[in-house]
Amino acid sequence: MILRARAELDRELAAIRERMLVLGERVATTIDDSLRALRNMDKKLAEAVIAGDAELNEMRFEIDEACQSVIATQQPAAGDLRAVVAAMHIVVELERMGDHAAGIAKTVQLMGGDRFERLPETLERMAARTQDMLGQVVEVYAKADYERAYNVALLDDKIDDSYQSLTHELLQDMLEDEKSTTRGLYLLFVGHNLERIGDRVTNIAERVIFMASGKMRELNPEPGDARVS
Amino acid sequence: MDERLVDSSDRVVSLTETPDMVAHDQPGSRTETNGAPQERTLETRDLRVYYGDFLAIRDVDLDFLSRKITAIIGPSGCGKTTLLRSLNRMNELVPIARTEGHVMFQGQDIYAEHVDPVEVRRRIGMVFQKPNPFPKSIYENIAWGARIHGYKGELDALVEESLKRAALWEEVKDKLDQSGYSLSGGQQQRLCIARAIAVRPEVILMDEPCSALDPVATFRIEELMRELASIYTIVIVTHNMQQAARVSDFTAMMMLGEDKAGEMIEYDETNTIFTRPADPRTEDYVTGRFG
Ligand SMILES: Nc1ncnc2c1ncn2[C@@H]1O[C@H](COP(=O)(O)OP(=O)(O)OP(=O)(O)O)[C@@H](O)[C@H]1O
Ligand SMILES: [Mg+2]
Repeated sequence: MILRARAELDRELAAIRERMLVLGERVATTIDDSLRALRNMDKKLAEAVIAGDAELNEMRFEIDEACQSVIATQQPAAGDLRAVVAAMHIVVELERMGDHAAGIAKTVQLMGGDRFERLPETLERMAARTQDMLGQVVEVYAKADYERAYNVALLDDKIDDSYQSLTHELLQDMLEDEKSTTRGLYLLFVGHNLERIGDRVTNIAERVIFMASGKMRELNPEPGDARVS
Repeated sequence: MDERLVDSSDRVVSLTETPDMVAHDQPGSRTETNGAPQERTLETRDLRVYYGDFLAIRDVDLDFLSRKITAIIGPSGCGKTTLLRSLNRMNELVPIARTEGHVMFQGQDIYAEHVDPVEVRRRIGMVFQKPNPFPKSIYENIAWGARIHGYKGELDALVEESLKRAALWEEVKDKLDQSGYSLSGGQQQRLCIARAIAVRPEVILMDEPCSALDPVATFRIEELMRELASIYTIVIVTHNMQQAARVSDFTAMMMLGEDKAGEMIEYDETNTIFTRPADPRTEDYVTGRFG
């Protein structure tokens, strides 16, 4: 019988997982930085976030290549194959989250004006939830914990709720005070980026469920699937 | 010749004469796969094979769908060859082998009384691990078996057609009188497939047909299997997981039970077996964790 070089396969799969965790952490930091830049109207930090995106892209391609190499040289099957396929999807989601963070940072650059006394409470709550959810999904990925992955995905509803509240509040402000319009629109855009990050976390949770259980469950209708927000 | 299995006294064995066989909706029994009805050419029911006192395979219930390729995989010694040989009564050539249970071929039990094993083996052909051409010319390798089975037609045409179907004709058409042994391993194996085809079987059983071949010859045989599957029902035993994944439509996974009897532990579409098998033992085996 053909004995697969199991040790080598295990090593390569572990390396992919390790890299993914590093990328996950980097993305989390980037999102944190982008929000800090926003709170403090710190344009330098915003610039760093935008510049740092290239590095995230780089990491993404490295993981992508490692996945292709495992497929070509080790012919993974069953759970191994699902882990590789999941990694190829998850890496894209993480890298795109980096783009959303860069989007927030760009808003900071465009927005101008003094630092915020404080960001709207709803936006802060939304940010905290999004970051928490991202941290959790990286953890369930590392542990291939598909039962918890399902719970993590459910958290996205709360983020969507926050986003709706935020939209209402900001629109209300804009109606009441014309001067708040510009800033309000920018903050809406920040909220939109956070909402998209939440969606991507859910996509990752879906992939973890598939990777660990072999079952595909759509937990998150894509935007355009008649969502009002 | 009548399409049914007949014994030497030319008595046609009708189904009503074997009432002891398993309940069975036939003729043309069907099975559902992805909602589409599929005809089953071979079915085993409670199939057990002993070598002396030793139970080699236990209670195998397996369907082989018509014009599909079914792969049988599993660790060495789990009874794959034993199962394959029981599908055309080849195991009867092993003196101590004893078979119990049923193998239904187009709804008829091939182990029923009056069924002629030679006729069974004509209609359910076999290709072995090591190419085993007869020590005769390429031409005779094909013509001989056909003659023995009473083929009365034009032999030249049969030889050509069989070699063409086995994708060997172009390579040998100018040297048909050379010995079968003069061919390469991959060519010899295709010659054996041509020989199996020449007696017009309906099923072809293959026991690790590529294990002695290089990758190019292996791919040629696999390609050939795909083509043959438009006409024949194919069962292949293979140790090469990638081969099973590449070539088969359905996969049956066998394992040794605790008492060392081989069992069928999972059967599904090949795609499912190699992406999300249900049984953790299958997962371990297809991912190389076994043993
Ligand atoms: N002719 C025989 N006489 C006695 N025992 C036999 C005979 N053929 C096979 N067996 C036994 O039956 C069991 C199943 O053997 P079988 O050849 O069917 O396994 P297999 O799955 O084809 O293995 P492999 O992958 O090594 O070819 C083994 O324990 C083997 O020793
Ligand atoms: Mg064998």
